[in-house]
Amino acid sequence: MSILSIRPNQNRPTQSRGGPPASDPLVDARGLTVAMGGRPVLNRVELTVHAREIVTLIGPNGAGKTTLVRAVLGLVRPTAGEVRRMRDLRIGYMPQRLNIDATLPLTVRRFLGLWRPVTRARMDAALAEAGVAHLADSPVQAISGGELQRVLLARALLSEPHLLVLDEPDQGVDVHGQAELFDRIEDLRRSHGCGVLLVSHDLHTVMARTDKVVCLNGHVCCSGHPEDVSRHPEYHALFGRHAGQLAVYLHHHDHTHTTDGHVVPGVSGDCCDHEH
Amino acid sequence: MDDFILRALVAGCGIAALAGPMGSFVVWRRMAYFGDTLAHSALLGVTLGFLLGVDPTIGVMAVCVVLALVLVALHHRHTLASDTVLGILSHSALSLGLVAVAFLETLRVDLIGYLFGDILSVTYDDLLRIYAGGAVALMLLVLLWRRLLAVTVDEDLARVEGMPVVALRLAFMLLIALVIAVAMKIVGILLITSLLIIPAAAARRFARTPEQMAVLAAVLGMMAVAGGILASLRWDLPGGPSVVVAAFALFLASNLVPVQRT
Repeated sequence: MSILSIRPNQNRPTQSRGGPPASDPLVDARGLTVAMGGRPVLNRVELTVHAREIVTLIGPNGAGKTTLVRAVLGLVRPTAGEVRRMRDLRIGYMPQRLNIDATLPLTVRRFLGLWRPVTRARMDAALAEAGVAHLADSPVQAISGGELQRVLLARALLSEPHLLVLDEPDQGVDVHGQAELFDRIEDLRRSHGCGVLLVSHDLHTVMARTDKVVCLNGHVCCSGHPEDVSRHPEYHALFGRHAGQLAVYLHHHDHTHTTDGHVVPGVSGDCCDHEH
Repeated sequence: MDDFILRALVAGCGIAALAGPMGSFVVWRRMAYFGDTLAHSALLGVTLGFLLGVDPTIGVMAVCVVLALVLVALHHRHTLASDTVLGILSHSALSLGLVAVAFLETLRVDLIGYLFGDILSVTYDDLLRIYAGGAVALMLLVLLWRRLLAVTVDEDLARVEGMPVVALRLAFMLLIALVIAVAMKIVGILLITSLLIIPAAAARRFARTPEQMAVLAAVLGMMAVAGGILASLRWDLPGGPSVVVAAFALFLASNLVPVQRT
């Protein structure tokens, strides 16, 4: 059961947005609470990602975005609540960065082959898909940060994932690069049929083009279609003057979506599904 | 050639063959000080072995493994920086070993031999021990090679890919303990770490793959062993330190050789 089921309607071209099909979610976090050192980092968080759905996680620094991602990946154990994963779920994880010791002589190709036995052809295909085919024989420590991220994306694709988890893929990428990056993510969703969960700092390009935005600040402040979130008072409280610019990238809609998926006319002031 | 020289060379080369790949991992994982700490506890293991009437190799292994587990446990719950924790345990373990030796009045231990090695007094028994232990360690290393590399590159990625990260980390510590137990005789517990990291560090500039670095480190280690033993015979020098000095000379020389970087 998702927080918000998007129903096809005339205003929203569901096909291109790739709305979730009526199947079990890939991951489903319910009442997820994580405490670290006695301090609650996540408080009763709900998060659902379906196949072919792009979900963006936004929130200020210290909002628990990374912790939520780590809980979805199974790297952090919930203090309360649970994270349900689809049976035999394959996750392709792209971390923000890697810290490989300079003393380890490792080419990009060897790096890709460490995680599972992979044929050369598969590696080349994944590198090409990530746009870094020319780096196969470079040492991993010798490539730039942006190139490393693409290599990490190629690595994530090698397992033919049901779910791609991208931790701040837009970091250090300019506006033009962000648009390109998002084209790539949408291409991947189309060609691999995978769901995408991504953490982003970008409130404009990236956020506007996702199916669902989850605005996090320890708890889920609001979640839903980007446009609805962009109108939400808590979203504005969190991001202040940076929040407004989203509307530029959107069509106008005269309705909003409630937590149970109903489309109601006008703009609702509250899409929260929890009490404060 | 005298028999004892041959035994020393064979023993030293056996250990260098193991120390090359293991030392490469120690360098990649930045665990030089960790290895040093385990090595310093070896004397305690020797005395415990005598006390309990078991083989000193078993005693060394047991103490190293216990210390490794303690280190892992402390790492997770202590506020002290890990190099502080390592420093405390390293010197405490060494001193405990020295104190324990002094307590056992009936035990005549060749302290200098344990601390700095006694490569020229290697027996056939020692050879058997080195090659049996070394073969087991090398086989384990080859078996776990890809996964150990993955865990070295990034533990989180390895865990998401479903690798048993904690088990692999423990296996690696067990391998270090095994290396210490078999290498003790050659360079002594104070100098073991140098046999692990110096050849590996010298090999780095010439290697383009992890395997090249491991094999080259093993070859350089063997050269250091041979050079050290010959120098020790020629000028009547202590064996263990001579081997380490030879390794150091190779390391310095390796920095002078021009390498074409592509």
